[in-house]
Amino acid sequence: MKNLSDLEKKINSELATKVKTTKINHSHICINIENENLLEVVLFLKNNNKTKFKQLIDITAVDYPENERRFKLVYLFLSHEFNSRILIDFFINENEIVSSLTSVFPSANWMEREVFDMYGIKFKNHPDLRRILTDYGFVGHPLRKDFPLTGHNEVRYSEDNKKVIYEPVKLEQNYRNFDYESPWEGTEYIKKQTKK
Amino acid sequence: MPKEKKTLNLNFGPQHPAAHGVLRLILELDGEIVEHADPHIGLLHRGTEKLIENKTYLQALPYFDRLDYVAPMNQEHAFALAVEKILHIDVPIRAQFIRVMFCEIGRILSHILNITTQALDVGALTPSLWGFEERETLMTFYERVSGSRLHANYFRTGGVHQDLPRGLSEDIAKFCQNFPKVINDLETLLTDNRIFKQRNVDIGIVSKQDALDHSFSGVMLRGSGIPWDLRKSQPYECYDQLEFKIPIGKNGDCYDRYLCRIEEMKESVKIINQCLAKMPTGPVKSLDGKISPPPKKELKESMEALIHHFKLFTEGYRVKKDEIYVAVEAPKGEFGVYLISDGSSKPYKCKIRAPGFSHLQSMDYLIKGHMLADVPAVLGSMDVVFGEIDR
Repeated sequence: MKNLSDLEKKINSELATKVKTTKINHSHICINIENENLLEVVLFLKNNNKTKFKQLIDITAVDYPENERRFKLVYLFLSHEFNSRILIDFFINENEIVSSLTSVFPSANWMEREVFDMYGIKFKNHPDLRRILTDYGFVGHPLRKDFPLTGHNEVRYSEDNKKVIYEPVKLEQNYRNFDYESPWEGTEYIKKQTKK
Repeated sequence: MPKEKKTLNLNFGPQHPAAHGVLRLILELDGEIVEHADPHIGLLHRGTEKLIENKTYLQALPYFDRLDYVAPMNQEHAFALAVEKILHIDVPIRAQFIRVMFCEIGRILSHILNITTQALDVGALTPSLWGFEERETLMTFYERVSGSRLHANYFRTGGVHQDLPRGLSEDIAKFCQNFPKVINDLETLLTDNRIFKQRNVDIGIVSKQDALDHSFSGVMLRGSGIPWDLRKSQPYECYDQLEFKIPIGKNGDCYDRYLCRIEEMKESVKIINQCLAKMPTGPVKSLDGKISPPPKKELKESMEALIHHFKLFTEGYRVKKDEIYVAVEAPKGEFGVYLISDGSSKPYKCKIRAPGFSHLQSMDYLIKGHMLADVPAVLGSMDVVFGEIDR
């Protein structure tokens, strides 16, 4: 993996207009692009003789609720030939639609379904965009930061109805999130006051 | 009048012994030929990634045991490595060898289970009885070192929880002496077995190109003839100091994948032997008091140790803002952790890349045109465990 910076330069020069920033972090090339250029960039990286990122490793998203463009989509690729990994990311807002990679990599199918299920991000031209990990008839997108850890519904077998029923979550004690930060460094509310 | 096409929809699972867990497979059958397979997963979804976002780094580690519960420590390894790389911690040599040794034990655990249940799926009962006896021995090693047979929670950022108890390395060495004989016994039952070959040879063939396109890794990739193993190609921990071979298949069918696993077990035994021989004495976890807890003895005497202990088990250590993807060669393939830290003591995001997820995804492609009876054979050779697929 010694030619990583050469590879970075190569990608920068070939895709100059499409790539916003590149950097090398923990022996990965990380490139930041725009949503609409995704397919072109991926096709280039897959087919170019100098890159050959032939394998899609994973697709995921990260939720930053405070950002205007809330979600960061992350694509990881691996090139067996050059033994290098690349990470492509871009930010989108909640209603933006991302092009699906299923036509380039068949394995993108479930990965995109998972992102859709967990974050509610929609993919254009996806053959079968259903939920994948959550229950049939599930509402909400669990990995969004505003989704509560405990969820909304719980399931139990009801002896009266003789079947499994769904009920709103009732907890004897709410989930407690302790603030362990050292008082010398200032707890959250003091930090806010001092910032002003 | 045009002939009407009649297909039958069949529900395979979620409570089927050959489904290897809770897989619901909806098969569209034309007679006995499978035309389409639609796996429904998520029946074991526990929201691991969400839970990890709400736990400290120390508390997050046990969740990794519960992913691929057949080889728990290999998963822990990926997470520990990810945090160590962000924090730039050096792991003591002894700890590195202990970790690699237990990862290879995990590989044997996983491969025994897979081979024997694959044989069970195609009609052979004896291998599983023989194989599980060996698994039992290996799990006692897990128990002796960590206190639990399955969910070890043994690896830590910067090393392992505690040193090997007295006598364990001798017993592991003894196991390594006897185990190759057990592999040979298993092979006499299966490798040239007519029924086993009829059920597996030329079933579920994967070409090189398709293996890449479908994001295969591990044995699924090597079975198709692609020499790729992260232990060799992107060595982590002390794998670069160890000698081992990477077995590669030729035809990419279920039988080749079985052969690869058998050979990998033999290589794992070699690795364990080398680890035992090369393991120096010394500390087994990082000596940085901000990361690993102090020895119990010091708690009564040293103020600093007490503070460290208190801070580590309440707030936990903080991890500076960074983003990293770390992959290890788990028994089932490339197991990766994509971690985003935000400077606090809890991960901001932790995506788990499970190898079985992309393998199971290709079920439709693999099984199309095969007979219904081939479904368990293909499923068995993919080595799926729902703990990691459903997360």
